[in-house]
Amino acid sequence: MSILATNYLTPTGREEAWRFTPLKRLRGLHDGTAEISLRSSLIVKGALPSGVSFVRQELSPLASSDDIIIERIRGNSQEVAHLSISANTELLAPIHLGRLTGALDSAELSRVRISLGAHAIATVVVENSGDTVLAEDLEISLAPGSSLTFITLQEFESKSVYAARHHAVIDKDAVFKSVTVTVGGDVVRILPTVEFIAPGGSAELLGVYFATAGQFFEHRMHVDHAVPKAKSRVNFKGALSGRDAHTVWIGDVLIRAIAEGTDTYELNRNLLLSDGARADSVPNLEIETGEIVGAGHASTTGRFDDEQLFYLMSRGIALEDARRLVVRGFFNEIVIEIGIEAIQERLMNRIDFELERAGA
Amino acid sequence: MSTLEVRNLHVSVNTENGAVEILKGVDLTIKSGETHAIMGPNGSGKSTLAYSIAGHPKYSIVEGNVTLDGADVLEMTIDERARAGLFLAMQYPVEVPGVSVSNFLRSAATALRGEAPKLRTWVAEVKEAMEALNMDPAFASRNVNEGFSGGEKKRHEIMQLELLRPKIAILDETDSGLDVDALRVVSEGVNRAKENNNLGVLLITHYTRILKYIKPDFVHVFANGHIVEEGGADLADKLEANGYADYVSM
Repeated sequence: MSILATNYLTPTGREEAWRFTPLKRLRGLHDGTAEISLRSSLIVKGALPSGVSFVRQELSPLASSDDIIIERIRGNSQEVAHLSISANTELLAPIHLGRLTGALDSAELSRVRISLGAHAIATVVVENSGDTVLAEDLEISLAPGSSLTFITLQEFESKSVYAARHHAVIDKDAVFKSVTVTVGGDVVRILPTVEFIAPGGSAELLGVYFATAGQFFEHRMHVDHAVPKAKSRVNFKGALSGRDAHTVWIGDVLIRAIAEGTDTYELNRNLLLSDGARADSVPNLEIETGEIVGAGHASTTGRFDDEQLFYLMSRGIALEDARRLVVRGFFNEIVIEIGIEAIQERLMNRIDFELERAGA
Repeated sequence: MSTLEVRNLHVSVNTENGAVEILKGVDLTIKSGETHAIMGPNGSGKSTLAYSIAGHPKYSIVEGNVTLDGADVLEMTIDERARAGLFLAMQYPVEVPGVSVSNFLRSAATALRGEAPKLRTWVAEVKEAMEALNMDPAFASRNVNEGFSGGEKKRHEIMQLELLRPKIAILDETDSGLDVDALRVVSEGVNRAKENNNLGVLLITHYTRILKYIKPDFVHVFANGHIVEEGGADLADKLEANGYADYVSM
């Protein structure tokens, strides 16, 4: 056990990156007051196929970060849990990573690396659950021509705090697709970030979240088009229900002057299921060159569509069932992209449960 | 044997300039097996009548009553009206993103029949209903009304009419936007429902052409929020020849 050094700039909440986050509920992750546990909770579930290894080793970071929590994690330890998929390995079944039991009275600072060798193809699922205080620096490296579907499930218990950056570095012609699901925890703050380091890469960042009374879920995207001819898509959908349910979606997309031929679109939709909930949605597109294929964004926040409910009810479907159909339908577009039926079904049941519990 | 009775129905809708009365005392009785055509110019309140009976929240009942076999329809929620045996085929069916036609139909059938239909017989039932309306089987996996053509939307409405077996159906301009072939297919669906389920039909239309396929027992001319003339099928022929000019000026 050790107390973190305090020679970092502690956010006050006035900074752009922190203006929505309830700092007081971060259990000291941001200001160094958290007691640091030595636990290392990430595990592989099931046997690893050939061509894949999971080891703890010292690694220097792939990319720099200006996030204070990520800096504190890096200052704490050089050790990284490293899942490595070697070049030309094509995995048919997903690799499942999970968590050992955590704790609420101390914080785990976790560093994770997922790396794919050239032309490797894989699906990796990270299932985050339980009671924990967890800060995580998760970096993904995609070598040329590789393809990763990265599914991250935040199904924490109600007191958990999770603050993380999921950063993908995408090399030439590599394909990255992520599905970020956040349905549990007290405070969840994830920075899904992407940087392209060679032309021809593509990134698709998908997400769903459902916040109920008192929960705070923040997803702060950053896509850096620093090379020509890369493609990015962002599509996050969220529902909120109950007093002080609060979600934040920030979509920062930067197209640098050199990034000619960029194709990007980002979308965020929020469904407010009750009074007293708040969804912040801020798309932010910065374009330094006009020589692009396309760049756009859209953001909507609305309530149930009365016409949809009328249509379903006019066929005999009771109001609560009609609402459940509409909410399931709303999320379905993203959920089917997970491509793993057992997880999709579990998630839809969780959404039904949240909806029922919220009495929306 | 069912009877839908509409008595002295006055309905208003809220606008920026306050409540505006659209229905001004409608009287109508529809029994099982009967087909009533309501014809009238645009803006006369025909669709308001349809949506008011179905319970759309946009409309406020000012006066009058609606009963189905003596039960007070206006006291029922939207879904209760459907479960009591009323059906509205909409002119503009609503898109429900992410909800497949098959999931939607099964949810509706479960609600209306009080239990989930047995999977094997249900699949056969849906397949038969779709084939009868010349619908592609792939249709069942599409999202409700999303990206449907005008004709597909109407076929989907009539497919529901056949599957859900209401006692009384209101068809709101089901003929609009259909070409001759689609009109015939859709009309045959309505006639099957009449024959198989002794369905009572309230057919709202602007044009007489659908009446060549679905024969009305009664024709009501609707203008300025109420019925201004009633007669048999021959009244439609008169309207075909003379239009609505006589009634609009009244």
